[in-house]
Amino acid sequence: MKKFTTLQSSAVLLVNENIDTDQIIPARFLKATDREGFGMNLFRDWKFHKNGEINEEFALNDPSYSGSILVAGNNFGCGSSREHAAWALSDYGFKVIVSSFFADIFKGNALNNGLLPVQVSEVFLKTLFQKIKDNPKTEIEIHLINQNISIKGTALSENFEIDPYKKTCLVNGYDDIDFLVASINKIEAFETKHQY
Amino acid sequence: MKKTLFDKVWDAHVVDSIENGPQVLYIDNHLIHEVTSPQAFKELEDRGIPILRPEQIVATADHNIPTTNQHEPIKDRLSRKQLDELTSNCHKNGITLYELGHKNNGIVHVIAPELGITQPGKTIVCGDSHTSTHGAFGAIAFGIGTSQVAQVFASQCLLLSKPKSLRVTVNGTLKKGVLPKDVILYIIAKLGTNAGTGYFCEYAGDVFKNMSMEGRMTVCNMSIEMGARGGMIAPDDITFDYVKGREFAPTGDEFDRKVAIWKTLPSDRGATFNQEYHFEAADIEPMITYGTNPGMGIKITEKIPENITDDSAKKSLAYMGFEQGESLINKPINFVFIGSCTNSRIEDFRIAAGFIKGKQKAKNVTAWLVPGSKKVESQIISEGLKDIFDEAGFELRQPGCSACLAMNDDKIPQGEYCVSTSNRNFEGRQGQGSRTILSSPLVAAATAIEGKIIDITKHLS
Repeated sequence: MKKFTTLQSSAVLLVNENIDTDQIIPARFLKATDREGFGMNLFRDWKFHKNGEINEEFALNDPSYSGSILVAGNNFGCGSSREHAAWALSDYGFKVIVSSFFADIFKGNALNNGLLPVQVSEVFLKTLFQKIKDNPKTEIEIHLINQNISIKGTALSENFEIDPYKKTCLVNGYDDIDFLVASINKIEAFETKHQY
Repeated sequence: MKKTLFDKVWDAHVVDSIENGPQVLYIDNHLIHEVTSPQAFKELEDRGIPILRPEQIVATADHNIPTTNQHEPIKDRLSRKQLDELTSNCHKNGITLYELGHKNNGIVHVIAPELGITQPGKTIVCGDSHTSTHGAFGAIAFGIGTSQVAQVFASQCLLLSKPKSLRVTVNGTLKKGVLPKDVILYIIAKLGTNAGTGYFCEYAGDVFKNMSMEGRMTVCNMSIEMGARGGMIAPDDITFDYVKGREFAPTGDEFDRKVAIWKTLPSDRGATFNQEYHFEAADIEPMITYGTNPGMGIKITEKIPENITDDSAKKSLAYMGFEQGESLINKPINFVFIGSCTNSRIEDFRIAAGFIKGKQKAKNVTAWLVPGSKKVESQIISEGLKDIFDEAGFELRQPGCSACLAMNDDKIPQGEYCVSTSNRNFEGRQGQGSRTILSSPLVAAATAIEGKIIDITKHLS
């Protein structure tokens, strides 16, 4: 897994709430057996109309937005457990997703792929929406060590929570398999007394 | 200390705890399917890590399979490749596979309980969010991502922080025509789609005590639709009777020994939960959804709420082509789907057949019935339900996930409404541009007969 410490970037804005993983990557693209290449179908049915024409109104098609941060509405990533959603977002170039709430499975999948979910307050999210709408070039800084998100050129910032273990993994580029494989002796000892 | 059902099962599976961090949780059963496993197999292969306990894994092909002519080679090249990879990965690693056409094949959350793999007190995972289904037996069961599939392959464990506890109690007696699906749609409509996030939910009270295992599975299945990673119901005699005699269930003295353990699992009297909700059975009526998330549900006789100001909800209504304050009664419907891991068990088809018997499907309706497994399919035939469906003009297809997620060719056309017994009404879930209305199998069957949504409560004898 790639290491993550800090990031400064402009952001893409997606104000919708309850964005489910079926929208992030529709089921018909889940037939691939590799992790790569899902980015081209990210938000496919929002990016394109059914007739194949580009949906100019969709944020990812708006040339004024750019950057590797996606700022999205409440309850991002709900629904299906497909990790393809995290792969698609990463493959497209996003490194951070900011929302006021993340669905559990998506959050875990993102962290397992070095894609950082930053959970902020409703108030801060609204502020971000407004600042980015007013100026799509607004730069946002994410500092993982300090667990802080700030809007550059302003005094606006907020601290965010992250599981200390997951933070260590991201900062050092470790993943859970490394830890679990190193614990095999303990796991085998557990099995000898496990009664279910 | 007084413990909840969840605490008891969780604590019995903790291998190790990291200070200020997650715990190492042991997984008893790992269920896999063709869509979320190939990248995990590949990851282990690339890293040279063997699968630790292949005998604790069971595989099935369900998400991406056709539901007609299953004996023929799969036409779609990518789907065929994905299934071939599952087969070769299972063979290479000594994993039991119920492939297409096998007598045990079916939707992963239908076959594991049916085969007796799902048992009280176990931890069960699968790369599918509806793994919560198995909590109906008093197991801790939840969906995982593909990286976690690889972790379980490598270590039979996961690194997890213990979720908070939530209890939803529903007391009283359900009205006629109100099914387990209505109960869970009602709960989600009341609580919203993220009320359960960060929690494991226990369902308690008369309604669940009196429910069949099939009904309990329907309820637990949709826990994830309110954000909860899993749902659980205390195991009791109904659970033990269901498990007894199944292929992978313990037998003889061993069964009795297990039952004695299982009887200790229900939450202790006085155990506390981080969050509690109470509902009355008498308040619940047949439900339908009107929007693009499962929380947007109403009683079938109610009107869509008025004064919706939220942009996301407005966008959702626009997608569905509905107006605020509109009633859905008499809304013409051209597609009906009875199936999915939520409602494709034999009880669901008995309920549908009970209503359909002697009636004819409306001419405008395409009605698909997709059993959850080969066993359910055989039962539909042996119980004579197929004759009822055939005579009424319904199409009984072969088992699979089918139009619930429309990965295969079972897609609802652009702009069409489908009254569906599945679990998600997301935009395009049943095919690009399709519009899903979630319901119970009874409401779905009645819709197919009438060709429109009706007030089912007026049609029950």
